[in-house]
Formats: sequence, C-alpha cells, structure tokens
Amino acid sequence: MPTLTYRDALNQALREEMQRDPSVFLMGEEVGVYQGAYKVSRGLLEEFGPMRVVDTPIAELGFAGVGVGAAMAGLRPVIEFMTWNFAVLALDQIVNSAAKILYESGGQVPIPIVFRGPNGAALQLAAQHSQAWESWLAHIPGLKVVAPATPADAKGLLKAAIRDDNPVIVLEGEMLYNTKGDVPEGEHVVPIGKADVKRAGTDVTLICHSKTVVPALKAAEQLQEQGVSAEVVDLRSLRPMDEETLVASVVKTNRCVVAEEGWPHCGIGAQVVDIIQREAFDSLDAPVLRVTQADVPMPYNKQLERAAKPSPEKIVAAARRVCYLD
Amino acid sequence: MATTVFMEALSPTMEEGRLVKWHKREGDAVQVGETLAEVETDKAIMDLQARADGILRQVAVAEGQTVPVGKEIAVIVAPGEAVAAGRGTGEEGRVAPSPAATVPAASPVPHHSPPAAAAADATRVKASPLARRMAKESGVDLQLLTGSGPGGRVVRRDLETAAARPAATVSASAPVAPVPPPPSPIPVSRTGAPYEDVPLTQIRKTIAKRLATSLGPVPHFFLTTEVDMERAAEARDALNRQLGDRGKVSFNDIILKATALALTKHRACNAWFQEDHIRYWNEVHIGMAVAVEDGLITPVIRNADVKPLLEIGREAGDLADKARSRRLQPHEYTGSTFSVSNLGMFDIDQFTAVINPPEAGIIAVGSIVQKPVVVDATVLPRRRMRITMSCDHRVIDGATGAGFLKTLKEMLENPLAMLL
Repeated sequence: MPTLTYRDALNQALREEMQRDPSVFLMGEEVGVYQGAYKVSRGLLEEFGPMRVVDTPIAELGFAGVGVGAAMAGLRPVIEFMTWNFAVLALDQIVNSAAKILYESGGQVPIPIVFRGPNGAALQLAAQHSQAWESWLAHIPGLKVVAPATPADAKGLLKAAIRDDNPVIVLEGEMLYNTKGDVPEGEHVVPIGKADVKRAGTDVTLICHSKTVVPALKAAEQLQEQGVSAEVVDLRSLRPMDEETLVASVVKTNRCVVAEEGWPHCGIGAQVVDIIQREAFDSLDAPVLRVTQADVPMPYNKQLERAAKPSPEKIVAAARRVCYLD
Repeated sequence: MATTVFMEALSPTMEEGRLVKWHKREGDAVQVGETLAEVETDKAIMDLQARADGILRQVAVAEGQTVPVGKEIAVIVAPGEAVAAGRGTGEEGRVAPSPAATVPAASPVPHHSPPAAAAADATRVKASPLARRMAKESGVDLQLLTGSGPGGRVVRRDLETAAARPAATVSASAPVAPVPPPPSPIPVSRTGAPYEDVPLTQIRKTIAKRLATSLGPVPHFFLTTEVDMERAAEARDALNRQLGDRGKVSFNDIILKATALALTKHRACNAWFQEDHIRYWNEVHIGMAVAVEDGLITPVIRNADVKPLLEIGREAGDLADKARSRRLQPHEYTGSTFSVSNLGMFDIDQFTAVINPPEAGIIAVGSIVQKPVVVDATVLPRRRMRITMSCDHRVIDGATGAGFLKTLKEMLENPLAMLL
C-alpha cells in the first residue's frame, strides 16, 4: 500500500472523483493557478481545466452561494475554504441554503455539495485563525460532518462526501496535511457515520477525532507504560455519530475520556457524554471526563497556546482520574 | 391518593427490620406521626410512624416477620378509596425510600421524624453505576463495602476485591421467608440433637459485622497498667457520705470522668481514623459498653469531660437501662470518640477490648482487687485495678497511648489531679 501525505490523499480523492464523474468540480480561493493554499489541488487545473477548477475572489459567502446554486442545477461542487475561520462568512449559505433546501423543497431538490478546508488551530495563528468549528456545524440538521485524522480516512471520507447527495462538511487540519500514512489505491470509500478503533484496549476508552487522535494515541502509549490499557476510538464522523462503536467500547472498558480541539461548552464531547451516559449508564465506573481547548480565545503567545490546547499529558491525567489512580 | 408504607431504615446501619407489633390494624384510621408499628432494628426497637392521614390497608407483614428495608409493608388510603390491585402484595419496594416520595405533595413533611429522614440518607451508598450492577449480579451488599473512590464511592475494584472474599459480603437481606418468632437468646436443646442452628438476631448480625471490621483490618496493639485505687475509693466514699440520698457515685463514673479528662490532655487518642485523614476531636464523647440480652451496645455520654460526676452517673444509669430495654435512639449510641468497657463487676482481672471503629482507642477495665503492694518499703494491702488500652496503630503510637494511660492512672490514683 503506498504511503501518502494527508494532502496527497485528499488530492488523490479529488482527482479520482473528478475523473469518475464529470459533474464534480472544485471551487475556492487559490485552488487553480496557485494549486491551493495548502497544495491540496496540485495538478488539478492542468488536468481538468478552468471550467472544473475555479479560482474565486475573496468572497466566501458569494462562492458558497454559487456552489449551492450549482448543486441545485445538478452539479456536484466541492467548495474549498482556505480555512474554516473564513467560512464563518459563508455560514448563511451553508446553514440556511445548503442544509435546508432539500427539506424546504419537500424532498425535490437535493444539494450534493462538499464544503472542505482546514479546521482548528495550527501554530501561533492567534485567536481569530485558530478555531475549531465542528460543534457549530454538527449542530445543524441537514448537514453531515466528517473529520478524518489519517491520510487513508481523508481519502475515503472525501470520496464518500463527494458521492453523498447531502451537503457534507469535511474538516481537515493544517497540522495534518504533512502527516503520512498508508492509503489504499483506487476505490477506497470510508462510509460516513462509522467510527474507527485506532487502538484496542481494555481499561479506558479515549474518544477523539481529527487532530486529537494524535495526542490520544500518544497518551495511550504513555498509559501503557503505566499499566493502563487504553482504547482509542476515532469518531471520524461527527454527524451522524457512530453510537454503536462508542457504546461498545465503553461497555468493555467502563471508563471514558473525550478529547477535542474545541471549547468545552456545548462541544462535541458534550454530545458524546450524552450518548455514553444514556446508552452505557450501567457500565460506567466513573464520570466521563473531557479534555478540550481552554475556555478562552486562543492565545498568540507560544507557551500560552500550548497550555490552552489538549495534550497527551492532559489526556493521560484525565484517564488516570477515571481509573481512580490519582 | 394511596401512600405506601415501607420498612424504613430506622438506624444508620439497618438493612432489615423485624416487625415486633402492629399498633394499628387493617382498617384503622391513622394520622401523620402516629405509631403504626414497633420495629426491631439492628440496634433497638423503634416506632414506625405514619407519613400520611388515612386508613391502613393491605398489611402485608405479620408480627414477628423480618423484611428488608424498602419493602412495602402496608398502604394508607383515603377513606372510601379503593386500593389498586397488586399493591402491597409483596412486590419489591424501593430500597431506602426517601420520605418525601411517600408523602402526598400537599402535606408538609412531618417535623417529628427527623431521625428516620437522617437515617435514610446515612444508609445511601455512593457507588458507580457499574459497581451497582456488579453488586446486584453477584449478590454483594454494597453497604458492607468500603468505597475507595472519591467521597467513598464504591467502584469496580472494590467489588473485585470483595469477590476475593465473598463470604463476608454476600447480602443477608435476600428475600426473607416468614421468620419464626424471635428465638430466645440462649436456647436450650431438649431434643437430644448434637447441635442446634439458631438464626442470628439483628443485634448479633450487627455485632458480627462491626467487630469483624475492627480486629481484622484495624492494627491493634495493647497497653496495660495497674492503678492503685485506694484514694479513688476514699474519694468515692467521702463523696457518697456527703451526697446522702441525693445520689451515688460509682467507680465506673469516676473512671468515665477521668478518661474523658485525660483525653482532653491527649487529643491524639481522641480521634477517628477516616481512610484518608484522621479526625481529631475537640469534644469528648465516651462510648460505654453495655451488655444487653444477646449482645452489647455502646451508648454515648456526650461531653463527658465537662459534665459533673453525678450527671455522668445519672446518664450512664439511664442509658444502660434504655440499652437493656432496647429503647436507645440512634443519636444515643452513635458519635462516640473513645470507648470504655468495664468487666470489673464480673471479677475479670484484665482483658483486651475490640476497638469500635472509627474510634482509635478503647480501655478495658478489670475488677478492683486487694493485693499486697510494697509502699514505702512495707508490704501493704491495696485496692488495685488493671486497665488495658487497645490502640489503633494507624492513629496512636506506643508512646502516645502510654502518655494518655499515664495521665489516666495519675488521675485515678490522685483524684484531685482531675482538677488540674
């Protein structure tokens, strides 16, 4: 199996889907001539031409709206946001148009559109450019939301998103684009709505997604050295959420920590905790704990930024607490 | 609206109760606060009070029967109200019902039953949902476990530890078949059988459970000293002459008082071991072991350090009487900070007593006997008494216990020292 970076896995997914289906096209800022701010669209303008790889002005609400219109007309647009921080400007098209037209048309007009781009903090991009938006997006009925953590999942979920007849949000990560992993060639589609056990364990379940999968796996290694066997469950899909896999893991381990990049209040972890307490109540040996970004705007200062983010150490500490070791 | 009458937790450790006597019968009118029945708990006979006005119906427990706490035992209905089918027919009640749940919303919670309400809270065990499920599946009684989680929460590992020694913790409160009338405490076999199995009474069960949590887990050590009681005897005689018929001071009263005063000077011995901390008491509450029919109980003389001798004597007498008639209220036998066990009247020279957890110490008092003692190079007959202190080594070290015992000995050998 070839080893690819996350960015190349996304590139492969886009290329294969555009080759497979002529109605698929890519639109966004700098996706064409510049080949993407993060080079996800490298080589696509050359291969598919300017009708299918469209550079836009800096006008998120505008090109998101053009995308929704194109989807209504029967095309399958992929809209790239340079980052999800800028996509806040396009929320009206995402929430009020893309997510609702199928419902408001009485099921007559599907919107098969993908909105994608990097989400969450990178390094020292400060408060306005370091935000994790998944709880905003996963809140909306009519949207699907996926957040792949590995190159293989990035390829498989983007392909699934493009083929889905509903609007799908694909949350990538600036710090993930360079990560490498084995990626199946050709027809590799990861079904939306399926979590993945990234590491098996018996004593505590660490639930995470996107960038927090990395610190969760590191935490699991540290815990192993301390004699605690941690299971790492990657949500992959935030809406719909794979309740079955989460519950099965907690029923096995009896303890759970949820890690995410977002803020604590009303976060993705809050939804996970709701599922666990309801579906695995009699299996819980301790309250579920959460590891999140500190409940503050992201600091620019390097040390403060590090202190504000979830880390392997914070996940280890929470896991030890739910195991009553500290 | 019908109100279910449950077997309530009438003592902090009660798990089941024997219905001694119904004061109300099927069809009787009852009022909030009236005594419905007398119930034998693990400690005493208590009144079970009505929590609603109405007519008593569906009495499901006969006199003499023992049922677990939380079991439905009757229903109180409004006059003329029909009783829903299936109620009070032995279906499992809630465990440790909250009194509020059984009182109609309109009527205020009765003011005269705080002990029951407090007791219900005290018997609630904090446990993780998983621990509860495991306990239920394996028949382990959560009340008998010590929780190792935050705030004493019982968690999975506590159940796993308990599973390693199942006999001690398996619930005794499984569905109870109608139980024969209470066994006489010391049955005499006339059947010629080689032995006879007698079910444990409530108090024996509690003694078994409590003492097994002491001598096993609590690391005891023992200190013995012999006390010259001549001057205490002289003081007692003088006091009693002066009191005339206003009362009598006993050696036991003097020992209780001296112990309490000595504890004020040795706070390290007036303490509770609390798993992750030690509670050093600033008040002195002396538990006084009293033998009762088929067992023993330790009623408490509160603030014994500041009470006059005569008052200690009167209280000790009242409490002992109540204990023997099994009328002690929970507040009268809980909360002691140190205990005294006196077997002097049984002609015991010396013995060791089992600590009453969470207390850290107890003294065992032997009888006062005349002995030849060397005083100023002359052998003289003196009245002597042996005291043995049992110490919880987690709280009290050898020298600490010895220091307390020395002070106690000085006070008894020279009662005026109590004024110091």
